Amino acid sequence: MATTVSLEVRDANPTKALREFLARLLTEGLAGGVLAGKHLSANGGPQGAVMPTLVTDPALLETTDPLAPSFPLNAARLVSRLTRGEGEGSLAAVLRPCEVRAFTELVKLNQGAMDNVILIGFDCYGAYPNADYPRFIASRAPDEATLAFLAAASKGLTDGEGYTLARACKACEHPAAGGADLNIGLFGVDTGQRLLITANTPRGEGLLNRLALSDTDPAHAQARESALEELIAARSEYRDTMFAETATATESLGKLGAYLSNCISCYNCRAACPVCYCKECVFLTDVFDHKPWQYMGWARKNGQLRMPTDTLFFHLTRLSHMSLSCVGCGQCSNACPNGVPVMELFRLVGDRTQRAFGYEAGRNAEEAPPLTVFREKEFAEVTGGTD
Amino acid sequence: MERFEPTIVAFVCNWCTYTAADLAGTARMIQSPNVRLVRMMCTGMVDPKYVLKALLGGADAVLISGCHPGDCHYINGNYKARRRVKLLKEILTGFGVDERRVKLTWVGASEGNEFAETVNELVEDIRELGPGETSRMMVI
Ligand code: SF4
Ligand code: SF4
Ligand code: FES
Repeated sequence: MATTVSLEVRDANPTKALREFLARLLTEGLAGGVLAGKHLSANGGPQGAVMPTLVTDPALLETTDPLAPSFPLNAARLVSRLTRGEGEGSLAAVLRPCEVRAFTELVKLNQGAMDNVILIGFDCYGAYPNADYPRFIASRAPDEATLAFLAAASKGLTDGEGYTLARACKACEHPAAGGADLNIGLFGVDTGQRLLITANTPRGEGLLNRLALSDTDPAHAQARESALEELIAARSEYRDTMFAETATATESLGKLGAYLSNCISCYNCRAACPVCYCKECVFLTDVFDHKPWQYMGWARKNGQLRMPTDTLFFHLTRLSHMSLSCVGCGQCSNACPNGVPVMELFRLVGDRTQRAFGYEAGRNAEEAPPLTVFREKEFAEVTGGTD
Repeated sequence: MERFEPTIVAFVCNWCTYTAADLAGTARMIQSPNVRLVRMMCTGMVDPKYVLKALLGGADAVLISGCHPGDCHYINGNYKARRRVKLLKEILTGFGVDERRVKLTWVGASEGNEFAETVNELVEDIRELGPGETSRMMVI
């Protein structure tokens, strides 16, 4: 049974309690650095952006705000950068559950290591798309805005004038970080009074022991469990509706083309995707540098050719490369300049492909990615029953 | 009405199916003009991109054929190919591409007959299905 402790919150400010907790990790030598979302200036800076920041000086944790509903990028790739190769001291990374799952995928693909990192996840109410967050924070002080968000979100009230929670978050059925060493519990918790911290791994247990925090009242842990279950149920329902709509909208290649017709091949979705890790993406090579006569030939085939070309080819290739690892973080949609519903498509197909291999991206570090293994006898139906 | 002649792009392994295809050809077992053979060193090197490109470029079906399980010259290329084809079928059927338009078979070097049968069967299947969506219209 995982240990859950209670972290006292003073001045009704859970963000402050979390900062103090992170500061303890640094001052007590439990971590050499903390990676967490931080306002780059006390008043939020231009548009109040919250960027992952590697902090080694506890005094500078002051403007960290990991619970802010801002999700400019999936930090899994940054953690991969910080854990790949020779390290120095250990790192504590405060991540959303989908960032923990993406990092788990990257570790399995040899793009990072778990050895020297303490993963601290938290109960995630979701975040606003990059374009919406500045409208949400408006002219409020960052802490004030985040506290208001937590209070509203705990009642399911996240959307307002000019800002709507990202669809990826609304459809996310993994709102808690079960794979992290520690998970900060918010759901069903009176966060003006306390935060719950659960250890999911031996490393997490060890940390909680060292920090000697008081055990939580079982009733508080129970209340969190129920709130978590409720949220998962609501999000699963949203997800299923989203899947059904997306499936209908893309039920033929022609419809898929219409679905993607706004795509300008900027490949931002690929750049933003945490699990699309290839150093040299084939779509950036001269394989796609077609000659003028080739375009003419293709155009003649149907009398017309939509340009830029290779749109379906790009998305289908990316689906075949990484839908098995898609964690549904929604950063592809967040990064798209033209509002293409990329996340909806990748989550739908990811659900199909992951199911076909009995795999779930980011579920655990021991499960091998399906294309890295095989069995001699399997999938006989693929070759018409002969194996 | 004119009979529909499907275009099939076949990625065949150099060490087995390619030889079988050669055999079938020299023995005049198949005359089907529908198949365009692409010789690969192993089914394990058939990147899903090749299959996608062929289908998007207007092929009505793609055939991938290699060594029987246990016979792959690179030990396990064919097992890897089987997983990739499984993946492709999962993806493509969701977009209304009939499962029969991507076919994986094992045909050994001496099995000219089997190769001829495989091709003829596939041609029949695809005739029944009709032309693929991409050969009928502009797909972006
Ligand atoms: S495809 Fe989109 S939703 Fe899936 S992991 Fe990549 S960025 Fe996240
Ligand atoms: S980010 Fe949007 S426009 Fe750019 S390649 Fe992806 S889907 Fe296309
Ligand atoms: S060598 Fe023929 S399938 Fe691998």
